[in-house]
Amino acid sequence: MDREKEGRGGIGVLERVREETEHLRVRLKEELEGLRQDLKEPQRTQLWKSIFRVPHERTTPRNRTLAVLANVFLHLHPARINRDAVRYSYTWGMGGISFYLFIVLTFTGVLLMFYYHPTKVQAFRDILYLEHDVPFGRLLRNMHRWAAHLMVITVWLHMFRVVLTGSYKRPREFNWCVGVILLVLTLLLSFTGYLLPDDQLGFWAVTVGTNMARATPLIGHEGPFGPQLGMTPYNDVRFALLGGSIVDSNALLRAYIWHCIALPLLAAIFMGVHFWRVRKDGGISGPAPVMLESEMKPVRKV
Amino acid sequence: MDWYQLWQILSAPDNVPIVGLLVIVPFYTWYGLRQARANDRLIEQLEANPELAKTHHRKTFPYRPGWPTEVHVWPYLLRIEFLAAIIVTALLMVWSLTLDAPLEEPANPNLTPNPSKAPWYFVGLQEMLVYFDPWFAGVVLPTLIIIGLMAFPYVDANPLGNGYYTWRQRTVAIGSFLIGFYLWIALIIVGTLMRGPGWMLFWPGQTWDHTRLVYEVNRNLPDIFGITSDWGKGIFGFFAVVLFYALAGFGIHKLVTRSPLNRKIYERTSLIQYLVFQFFAITILVGLPAKILLRLLFRIKYVWITPWFNI
Repeated sequence: MDREKEGRGGIGVLERVREETEHLRVRLKEELEGLRQDLKEPQRTQLWKSIFRVPHERTTPRNRTLAVLANVFLHLHPARINRDAVRYSYTWGMGGISFYLFIVLTFTGVLLMFYYHPTKVQAFRDILYLEHDVPFGRLLRNMHRWAAHLMVITVWLHMFRVVLTGSYKRPREFNWCVGVILLVLTLLLSFTGYLLPDDQLGFWAVTVGTNMARATPLIGHEGPFGPQLGMTPYNDVRFALLGGSIVDSNALLRAYIWHCIALPLLAAIFMGVHFWRVRKDGGISGPAPVMLESEMKPVRKV
Repeated sequence: MDWYQLWQILSAPDNVPIVGLLVIVPFYTWYGLRQARANDRLIEQLEANPELAKTHHRKTFPYRPGWPTEVHVWPYLLRIEFLAAIIVTALLMVWSLTLDAPLEEPANPNLTPNPSKAPWYFVGLQEMLVYFDPWFAGVVLPTLIIIGLMAFPYVDANPLGNGYYTWRQRTVAIGSFLIGFYLWIALIIVGTLMRGPGWMLFWPGQTWDHTRLVYEVNRNLPDIFGITSDWGKGIFGFFAVVLFYALAGFGIHKLVTRSPLNRKIYERTSLIQYLVFQFFAITILVGLPAKILLRLLFRIKYVWITPWFNI
């Protein structure tokens, strides 16, 4: 290996480095330009396209339709609806608001569960801790409480609207029944949550409520024909609800499990059926064109 | 007037929903029935003019030929849903920031508050305990209400009024529901505002007197007729109840077959549909108020007395 060659080689390296740098500079400029374009129009990126399969850039009827149908969260909606159905005056929005409140309650409820132990020793202290030490703990509990009360009201109003518009009529009879079950589940969810703070208010409300179960006909120890069938305070339906003959630690645990797991699961299943059936029964009922008495078809004799 | 106590009851955080109901329920009743009246006027107009009925779009909303009958959910519905979610969230935030959820002393089985009340949505059932034994007020009645609600669409044989507000085409169905719904809310309001210590009746604003005694002797219906034997009471009560069902059923029948339209609907109703409707109407819509009146006006506790159950 001689010097000359080495020297030439050194210059070659320098030139190559310069060339490469120039190349890199141009490349970087292009890349930055590309990135700028991506930020300007994120819809064109691979990342975007992998998440949203359907292009949304232009608001063509096809895009608007696909925006709803190709989105898992929106697909319970139809692509298009009755032009008058979007009026607040028809639906009052109470079904949708009830569902939204259920989501709010699930969200705040899960957060509350992080701070709560369903035991006689801890439960009440956990609430005090939540109210006084946990950041935004009081707000969290308040929101859960008031959303629950609000949901009871919105569910009632939803039912009221469905009656006033005759929306339970054929072909929606079965979905009305599912709705009645959801109403009962809403009340039960609220009721089981009442005991959880383990304070006087919840304790006595639940005592009053479950004392009625003593009087259940046939399966309560104070109900008609209960004693004749061998019911005692230690084997009747109230015992099953409370896990004991008094409202105590077992009752707290049972209320907790019903409230946080069993009832929300049931409600979610019935809600799924409810929404599914709304679609399958032909979407929301109206506002439909009015029908006249003179157009009533004669009774079909089967 | 004990304004302070009234304010204490009304402003108890858990009673706020009831105060809300006092405003919300009348508002939405008005809101719904206003649209019903508008539709009823349109129906009347169309019934009178068959030619117009053929061409009219049959809604009270504006419409011109050529307008699309449907709109896209994106954005016309989704923007409303989004807006509703924001409004509800904001409302809930304000409510939660201004009013704290109640928390009383730790649960103490040895210290019974007087009165101790159920959660507000069940106070109506607790109020029913005054008029019926727990097995009926607390178990059978709620079950009947749930079954009755579920049976509602199956006994309503009226094909009119599907998907629009109307009153005149559906007087019986809407009337029955309104009576039940208002009864439920009225019982909640009575139970919350008018029941004090010992579940005694206090008018709103009347000071709760924990030492008050009521020298009212409740009577049973058979006693008034001088029936003393167990067999006599049982048989008498049975016939009293049967008579009540017959009379109330007859009254309801007269009421629901008064107008020509209602008679037409009645003809379309099958026997089983009609009997189920009558059973729930008599038991819940007439029976409850009747028993409440018997108790409050005539101090009658039981109508039917047997060794196993009393009604």
